[in-house]
Amino acid sequence: MSSPTPSVLLKDIRKAYGATVALDGVTLELKPGEVHALLGENGAGKTTLMKTLFGLTQPDTGHIEIGGVTTTIASPRDARSAGIGMVTQHFSLVKTMTVGENLALAEAGLIRVDLAKARRIAQEAADRYGLEVPADAVVAGLPVALQQRVEILKALAAGCRYLILDEPTAVLGPKDVDSLLAVVERLRDQESMSVVLISHKMKEIERVADRVSVLRRGAVVASTTAKGMTTRELVSLMVGSDAAESVERIAQATRGDAAVALALRDVSVKRQLGGLDDVTLEVREGEILGVAGVSGNGQSELVDVLSGTLRPDYGQLEVAGKVVVDPSPFALLAAGVGILGEDRHASAVHHLPVVENLVLDQLRSVTRLGHLDRAAMAERCETAIKEFEIKATPSQHLGTLSGGNMQKVLLARLFGRSPNAAIVSQPTRGLDIASTRYVRSLIAGARDKGTAVVLVSEDLDEVLELADRVAVMYRGRVAGILHANEVTRERLGELMAGVSA
Amino acid sequence: MKPRFVLRAENPWWRGPLLVVMAAIVTFVITAALIRWSGGNPVAAFRYMFVNPLQSKFGFTESILSATPLVFTGAAVAIAFRAGYWNIGAEGQLLAGTIGATWFGLHAESFPAVVAVPGILLAGALCGAAWSLAPALLRARLGIDEVVTTLLLNPVALLVITGLLNGPWRNSETGFPDSDVIAESAMMPVVWPGTRVHLGLVFGIVVTLGCWWFVGRMTGGLRLRAVGLAPGAARIAGLPVERTMLTTALVSGGIAGMGGASEIAGVAHQLTIGISSGFGYTGVIVATLAALSFIGSLVVALILGIINVGSFSASRALSIPTTMGEVVQSVLLITVVAALVIQKYRIVWKSSDS
Repeated sequence: MSSPTPSVLLKDIRKAYGATVALDGVTLELKPGEVHALLGENGAGKTTLMKTLFGLTQPDTGHIEIGGVTTTIASPRDARSAGIGMVTQHFSLVKTMTVGENLALAEAGLIRVDLAKARRIAQEAADRYGLEVPADAVVAGLPVALQQRVEILKALAAGCRYLILDEPTAVLGPKDVDSLLAVVERLRDQESMSVVLISHKMKEIERVADRVSVLRRGAVVASTTAKGMTTRELVSLMVGSDAAESVERIAQATRGDAAVALALRDVSVKRQLGGLDDVTLEVREGEILGVAGVSGNGQSELVDVLSGTLRPDYGQLEVAGKVVVDPSPFALLAAGVGILGEDRHASAVHHLPVVENLVLDQLRSVTRLGHLDRAAMAERCETAIKEFEIKATPSQHLGTLSGGNMQKVLLARLFGRSPNAAIVSQPTRGLDIASTRYVRSLIAGARDKGTAVVLVSEDLDEVLELADRVAVMYRGRVAGILHANEVTRERLGELMAGVSA
Repeated sequence: MKPRFVLRAENPWWRGPLLVVMAAIVTFVITAALIRWSGGNPVAAFRYMFVNPLQSKFGFTESILSATPLVFTGAAVAIAFRAGYWNIGAEGQLLAGTIGATWFGLHAESFPAVVAVPGILLAGALCGAAWSLAPALLRARLGIDEVVTTLLLNPVALLVITGLLNGPWRNSETGFPDSDVIAESAMMPVVWPGTRVHLGLVFGIVVTLGCWWFVGRMTGGLRLRAVGLAPGAARIAGLPVERTMLTTALVSGGIAGMGGASEIAGVAHQLTIGISSGFGYTGVIVATLAALSFIGSLVVALILGIINVGSFSASRALSIPTTMGEVVQSVLLITVVAALVIQKYRIVWKSSDS
C-alpha cells in the first residue's frame, strides 16, 4: 500500500436522460490524501457524477483519467480494479449472511470462499483504522452504522484507493457520525487515500474536507479548498450571491388581509434523526410560502405531515381556520388540501391509465350509483391534457410517460380539485428546462387564482422566483421567515446555516 | 450486455393472442419430450388430453363439471390478486365452505329448494370468508405476509374436516369417515339434462361476471385496482388501503367457499376427505394463466377441466402417469407467466449502463 496514488480526473462529463441534462460538462479532480466534499441540492447531479466514476452509468461525452491515463470504466468491476470503491445509499449486503461471509463473498473467486482471509481483513481494518465489525454476526441484526462499516470494509478489501461515500451520515446518529469521520480521517492520513464525501451536513464538511465542490443543475459552480471554511461560508458557496445570479421574480406582494388557508401550530415530530421541532406556519389565500433549507432539515417531514402520511406527536393542523382532528390523507384531501409529493413516482399508479390516475383522489365526483362515469372521466381527461399540455393519450399507462408529463398529470389532478391549499414539494426536480418553466408558471397561476401554496424546494432559484414569503428550515425548526422584499441569498444562507438572526 | 425491462407504452390487440399461441407451442415442445421420456406417444397423448374430451358429449360435459369449482377458485384468486392481496388460501377457504355447506345441507330438510339452494351457497360463502378473516386482519393491521398465513391454513382446514368426519359427522349408516347425504332440497339441480352439469356452474359464471363488472366499471373496482397496483400512491390519494384489502380478502374467501358449497350441493352431496382435489391451488393457476382477467379465467377453467378429464383417458389408453395432466398445466403456467412479462415489458439489451 505504499506506491503513491495518482490523481483521478473526471473531464467534461456530460450525461443527459432524454431532454433532462443531469451533468453538463463537469470537471473534477480527486487527489490522494484529500477528502473532497460534494455539495448541492438533491438532483444537482452529485450521485450521477459518482455513479459515472464507479461505472454504474456511462457518460455521453467526456472521459476519466487516472494518473494522466484515460481509463474506461464500463462497470463497477472496472472501477474496483482501478482502485475505486463506492458506498451507495442503499447497501448491497446479503442480509441473511454473516459479516465475514459478506466480506468473503465480495472477495471470492468462482472457486472458493475464503472465510479465514475475510476474518484477517476485518481484524486488520479494526487495528489500523478503528473500523471494527463483528465478523460472525448476521448482517440483518446489525445497526445501520455497522452495516455501513461492512460496506466500507468491502471496498477496502477490494484494494480501493479512492472511496466514494454517498450521504453516509444521513442514516447515522451523532456518535456514529463521529466515528465514521474518524475512519475517513485515518484513511486519508495513514493511507493517503482519496475520499469523496457527499453530504448535506456542513459541520461534517467543515471538520474533514480538504476540498469542496458545489454542484448545481449538473454543473460545478464552485470548487475551492475547504480548509478553514466555516459552515457559514460553505452555505454561501452553495446558495451563491445575488450579485452574481439574479432570478426573475414572478412573485406578487402578499396581501396581509387574505384569510389563512392552512396553518401548522406548534407541530412536533419526535424522531431519532430529523423530525420537526415546534413548527408554526401560516399560509394565506393567494400566497406562495416557500420553504427553503439544506436537504434533511425537516422539509420532507413537513410535507409528510401536511399530506397526512405522518402524524405529528404534538401540535395541530388547521385548514380554513378549522382544526383537522384526524389528519389522514383522506381527511386532508376532503378539507381541500392538495399534495404534490417530492417523489412523483410514489404518487403515481404506473400501471393505471392516465384517465384513471387523474381522478384517483376525487372518485366521488365521477361516481354515479356506484359506477364510474366513464364519459365524465374522459371529458375531464381531454380537458386536462389540453390545458396542461400533457403529451399522452388518456389510455396510456402513467408509468410510460416522461417525468415532465407525469408531473403534469399529477399537477392536473391536484389543481383539478380546486384545492384551497396546495403543497408542492420539489416540483421541478429532474425535469427539463421547458417542463420546469411550465410547472412554475402553473404554480404561480394557481396562486393568482387565490390558492394558498406551500412550495417546498431545495432549488433556491425556484423559491426566489416564486415565493411571496420564505420560511427557512434548520434542524427541524423554522429558523426564520422572510418577506419577498427582504429576501437575499446572503440572508437565506445565514438562516440555512443556522446562524441565528 | 444485460437485459432491462421497459414498460410498453402501447399494446396492439394481436400481441396477447400471439404470445398465448407461442406459449402453447413452447409448452407442447417441452411436455412432448417428457411424454416421450415416460414411454408415450406425444401426439396421441395430446389428442387424448385436448381433443378427445371435446369429441363426445360425455367428455365435454365432464370437462365442464371438472371446471366448475375452478370457475369459483379462479375468480376468488383473481379478485384478491387484483387488490394486491396474495391469497394462496383458496384451498382452505373452499374446504371451509364445504364444511358450512354440509352443516346447512344436513339441517335443510324442512326448507324448499328455493331457500335451501341459495342457503347452502351462502353458508359456504360465510365459512369461506370466515376462514380468510384471520390472515386478512393480520395483513391489514400488522402487515403480516398473507402468502404464508393463507397457505398454512389450508392443511388446517383439511384437518378440521378429518376431525369432523371421524367424530360427529361420521356416516350414520356405514360408519365410514364420510358425512351423511345432505337434504335433497339443498342439492344443486342439473341444468343440462342427461349430464352431471349442475346449477353451481351458473352461479360460478354469475359470480365471475359480477367480479368483472365490479372491478372494471364500478368505483370500488378502480379503488381495488389502485390499491393492488400501488398501495403507497393509493394511500396518498386518500384511498382506504387497509379496508379495501380486508374487504377484498373476505370476498375472495367467500367466493372460494361458494365453490366448496357448489361441490357439496352439486356433485358429492356429502362431505368426504377427498372433496377437493386441489381446486384452490389450481385456482391460482387459473387466475395467473388468465392474467387476472375474469372473462379469461372462465376460458382457462374450461381448458384445465378438459385437460383434467383428458389426462385420465390418456393415462388409461397410453399407460402414462395421470400426473402428466398436472405437468402440462404447470409447464403452461410457466410459459404463460413468461409471456405475460413480455406482453407488459419490452426487453432491451444494453451495455452495462443504467
